[in-house]
Parts: sequence; C-alpha cells; structure tokens
Amino acid sequence: MTQPVSPPRDSADKAPSAARPPAWRGRVVRADVRTLSLLGVLAALILIGGITKPDEFLDTRNLQLVLTQASVIGVVTVGMTFVIVSGGIDLSVGAIVALASVWATTVATQEFGFSGILFTSVLVGLGCGLVNGLLIAYGGMVPFIATLAMLASARGLALQITDGRTQIVTVDGILDLGERDAYVLGIPPLVLVFAVVTVIGWLLLNRTTFGRRTVAVGGNAEAARLAGIDVRRQRLYLYLLSGLCCGIAAFLLIILSGSGQNTNGNLYELDAIAAAIIGGTLLSGGRGTIVGSVLGVLIFTTITNIFALNNLQSDVQQIAKGAIIVAAVLVQRRTASTT
Amino acid sequence: MSQLTSRRGLLFGTAAVSAGALLAGCTSNEPKEKEQAADPQPAADDKPGKPVTIGFAGPQADHGWLAAINSNAKSRAEKYEDVTLEITEGSNDTAAQIGQIETLINKKVDVLVILPADGKALTQVGLKAMAAGIPVVNLDRIFNTPQAYRCWIGGDNYGMGLNAGHYIGEKLKDKSDARVIELAGLDNLELTKQRTQGFDDALKNYPNIRKVARQAAEFTVESGQAKMAQLLQAQSKFDALWNHDDDQGVGALRAIEQAGRDDFLMVGGAGALSAFQAIKQDEGVLKATVLYPPTMAASAIDLARALGQGKGVGGLAEFEIPASLTLYSAVVDKTNVDQYMSTGFE
Repeated sequence: MTQPVSPPRDSADKAPSAARPPAWRGRVVRADVRTLSLLGVLAALILIGGITKPDEFLDTRNLQLVLTQASVIGVVTVGMTFVIVSGGIDLSVGAIVALASVWATTVATQEFGFSGILFTSVLVGLGCGLVNGLLIAYGGMVPFIATLAMLASARGLALQITDGRTQIVTVDGILDLGERDAYVLGIPPLVLVFAVVTVIGWLLLNRTTFGRRTVAVGGNAEAARLAGIDVRRQRLYLYLLSGLCCGIAAFLLIILSGSGQNTNGNLYELDAIAAAIIGGTLLSGGRGTIVGSVLGVLIFTTITNIFALNNLQSDVQQIAKGAIIVAAVLVQRRTASTT
Repeated sequence: MSQLTSRRGLLFGTAAVSAGALLAGCTSNEPKEKEQAADPQPAADDKPGKPVTIGFAGPQADHGWLAAINSNAKSRAEKYEDVTLEITEGSNDTAAQIGQIETLINKKVDVLVILPADGKALTQVGLKAMAAGIPVVNLDRIFNTPQAYRCWIGGDNYGMGLNAGHYIGEKLKDKSDARVIELAGLDNLELTKQRTQGFDDALKNYPNIRKVARQAAEFTVESGQAKMAQLLQAQSKFDALWNHDDDQGVGALRAIEQAGRDDFLMVGGAGALSAFQAIKQDEGVLKATVLYPPTMAASAIDLARALGQGKGVGGLAEFEIPASLTLYSAVVDKTNVDQYMSTGFE
C-alpha cells in the first residue's frame, strides 16, 4: 500500500475526490502562503522572545528545550493529522499516551529493561489504535463516539493499573536518553525521533498511494469507494497509525519525565487537534499538511516557552492560545473563500 | 498499612487528632495510652462500641495523594470491628459526586465522610445530609458554611507555605540578595493560592530574600517536568525553590537533573515516599518537604466513628468531638525523615 508514486500532480489527477478543486497549481500556491504565514508567526514569536529575554531565549539550550518539549505532542499531532485529513477525529490520543506510559512502566515491564518498555509502549498504542479502527471502520461507529469511548476506558484502565500512583522508571538506559548531554548525531534523541516521524509522515502523506487514499477518503468517501479504494481498510490503517504515534509519544514521555502516570497526556487530543487546524488541516477532511501541523506544534511550544521565560502565568497563556486558534482559522477561511 | 497507622501516633502526637473515640470522662486511661504507643491497633478506642456505618465519598484518586487518602480511609475502617464502610466510586464531576452522596443519604448511613472534589459546589448536598440527620465529617476541601458539616478536618495549606517559607528563610538568612522561585500547583484551586500566600507571608520576615519567579504546574509529573525545565532556563541563578507538590516534584527533579543544576536547595510539599527517600539520601537538591498528610482520612474515620457512637476525642476534656481540626504542616528534613518514612505515599 505504500509504494511511492512520485509527482504529486499525478496524485491530484488520479484522486477521485469531488471536493478537490480542479486547479492544482492554485492549491499549491495557497498551501505555500499558508506555510509561509505560519513561518511568519513563528518568526514573530522568536523575535518577541529574543527581544524580551535575549540571553535566555536565544540560548542553544533553550532551542533544544523547546524542540524537546514539542517532540511528544508533535509525534501525536503527526498521527492526528492523518486521521483528520481522512475526515475522522481521534479524541483518545491523550488517554492512549497515558495508558501506554503506565503499562510500559509497570514493575513487570521494567524487569525486561529498555526494549520491554519500548515494545510495550508501541504495542499498547497499536492495540488501542486497532480497537478504534475496528470500531470505526467495521463497526460503523462515528469516530467521535468510538474514540470518546476509548478516551474514557483507556484513562480508566491507566488509573486502574497505577492506582493513582506515579510509576518511577528505574531502567538506566532510558533515563540516559533524556539527560542533558545525550545526543544522537548531534541532536537530542527525542528531537531526532520527532524529526524522523515528521519526515516519514510527510513522505507517507505526500509521496505514497497510502497518502493519496487518505486524502481521497477525507474528500469524499463515497467517491473514493467507487474509485476502488477499500475505504474501511484505509480507515483501520489510519487509526492504527494514530495509535502507533501515541505509543511512540508515550515512550518519549517516559524518557522525558522518567515515570509513568495516569495523568500523562492530559488534553493532548485538544492540543493535537488545535495544532493540526492551525497548520491548515481541514476539520472536515480532505486537506492537510504535516509541515503545517508541525509548525502549529512549534508555535504553541514557543509561546509556552516565552511566557515561562517572562514569568507570565498560565491563565494569560491559555487566553493567548485561544486567540491564536481563532485568528488562524479566520485567516484560513479568508484564503479558502478567495479561491 | 498497619505500620502506616502506628506511625500516625507519632505524627500527630498523643491524642488530639487521632485518638478518636476514647469516651471523654472515661475511666483512667493512663495504662491504655502506653499500650497504644506500642500497639499497631488504632489509638482510637479500647473496646468496640455500637455498630456504625460510615459513608465515604471522595474525588477520583487520580493522584498519589488522593490514592493514599482512599487507602488510609479503608484500612482504618477495617481496623474497627464496629465500623462498616460504604465507599462510593470517586468522581471529579460535581453532579456525579452529589448523586453518590445522595445515594449514601438514602441508604441511611450513620455518618458521612465527604472529601468534595469542590467544597463550594458540594455545600448544598452537605446541608441536605445534615438536614436528614446524618452528621457530616468534611475532609480537606471545606464546605461554604459550617452548617453543612458537623466537623471539618484537613490540612493547612497556608501553613504549608508558611513553614516552607520559614525553612527556606532560615537557610538563606545570612545570604544577601537571595533569590527564590516557586513551582505552584493547579492555579484554579483555592488551596494553591493559600499555599502561595503563606509562602509570601513567611518571606516577608526575610528582607534579604526576593521571590523572582512563580509558575503554576498541574500536580502531575509531566507538568512538573515541563514547567520546571522552563523555570530553570528562565532563572540562570537562584538559591531556593519551593515546589507545592511532591508528585509534580518527581517531574521537577527530573528537569533539574536534566539541566544539570545543583546550585540551590529545594523544598517539596505533601510527603511522598519518593521525596522522603531523596531527602534521606541527601544527594540532590531536595532537602525538605512540608507535610500535607493523607493520614487525615484515617483520622476522619476515627472522628466519624466517635460521632456515630456519641463519644468525644481521647485526650481532650470535651464530651464531643471538635468542630474543626487543622493538621500541622510539619517540615520533614534529614533530621527527622526516618520518623515519617512509613507515612510516605507512592
């Protein structure tokens, strides 16, 4: 399903979606405008940070900090972008991260060391994604409801496993990856994973049949079905993909926080959806970019960083976040209506 | 758990809070008290009284401290032959918790112990229980009006801040232009404001100390790590840190370790086992923690039992249990950590 189909114009021509505007070139220009405007926002934020706290903000360590903190939610957002592009939604990402992280840090798992924790995180993520996918694709459930149910039960299970306790990781190899001077190829390991997931996500969405099918299903599922796409199987794969991303994110969070807790991943679903929307992904499906989503995550993380450096409180931060979401969506509506 | 309860005696002193249900004016209890000191049984009573059914309603135990509250209440109730505990499933949803308490009222339990997810929002159902003739022991988060409870028992959030501030103040009193920072808990909780207020008030006694930054986390490891990492980046140099909560402190300590910082002292809050262990080992920045003991749930059961049996509190002259009991936020550091170790929650 993932054989590369290179020129994107091909994909546009073949895509059976009625929702896709015919003028391919126009859309690319618009996407670029969107990406550029996001980069502009990010640049403005960096400028604000640099002016208000030049010493602290423009420090290499701070750059690493921002990227590291963006990594966990960033990986989740990449998976979420695929789901939203296909016209779905995954409300269970935060709960899956919580469940995967506590399952992977239970005492039994820690006895199997590094790989035990890694595999458990990924497997739990995949397992939850599989359940979501089966319920939605083959059980005919609305994604909102199915993943809402997963949100509740995965959080409940996470609470049951931990009994409200914080499970501290005692496996050394894992903690080392989160240390101050841990670098792989000169990059902090978490950031490297985030970068790899982003590149793979971009390739998958823009350069493969899988990506084309995802867009087609989101644009018009019925048309996609008539065009010979197995829509149900495609949806199953997409929720599996989102679950996999959650599993990876859970592992990153274990490295970062050195523990598993049932409160992990709190409100990730909203953060990931917000980042994707800001990045230009249509909530109704059919359009979205990985680059946009990742920029959305970076914008949010940078804001948090600047606010903390200037010792502003979380309430102000939340208000700013809300304002940015509104502004971004308004701008998108304008660009959408002008074509 | 039995160790836990025995340690309570040490925690709260001989009687006032924990002794529970010795009949006031009961015959000489001198030998009895000696026995209690050595015995892991509850210090509350000599012999079983009339059977009491206690209803217990608390918030969802999604946090180490709340989990410890539940287990303290349960194990304390099990120690008494004459106590039956009706415990509802915890919920953070106000409407759901009201429903659960109404169910307990309908079941006609003898006494209610309520730890409301939100004290103000649950005041009405407290009033309803009292009106139905069921006395309420209000645990920790206080109702809006004293009419909604017969007795309140809880921790001292203001005192936590005050004692943390004084501990830090004493450590830094000879340092000129000392800088401290604060990693607060959830900012939309009243208790967070009280903790901060106490801390600020204590620092006023030390004109050489200045609070240079405050960030609120969410009582979780994840938020503790994230907020602390930012604070460390923002403040290249400071002398002391007060962190409101030991659970988020696990994350905060991780961030401190990741940033490779050890140039300040840290005081925690609540009394988690991991914090006690770190204080005992004395290898990191964490030097002390101010208590907010979850054993208060066990004391609440003691008080509820005494209420149900019409007794007072052993060690006090009164015939009835007090109307309110504020626990002391003791500072635990290396010198006394062994004494508290068994009360630490995971």
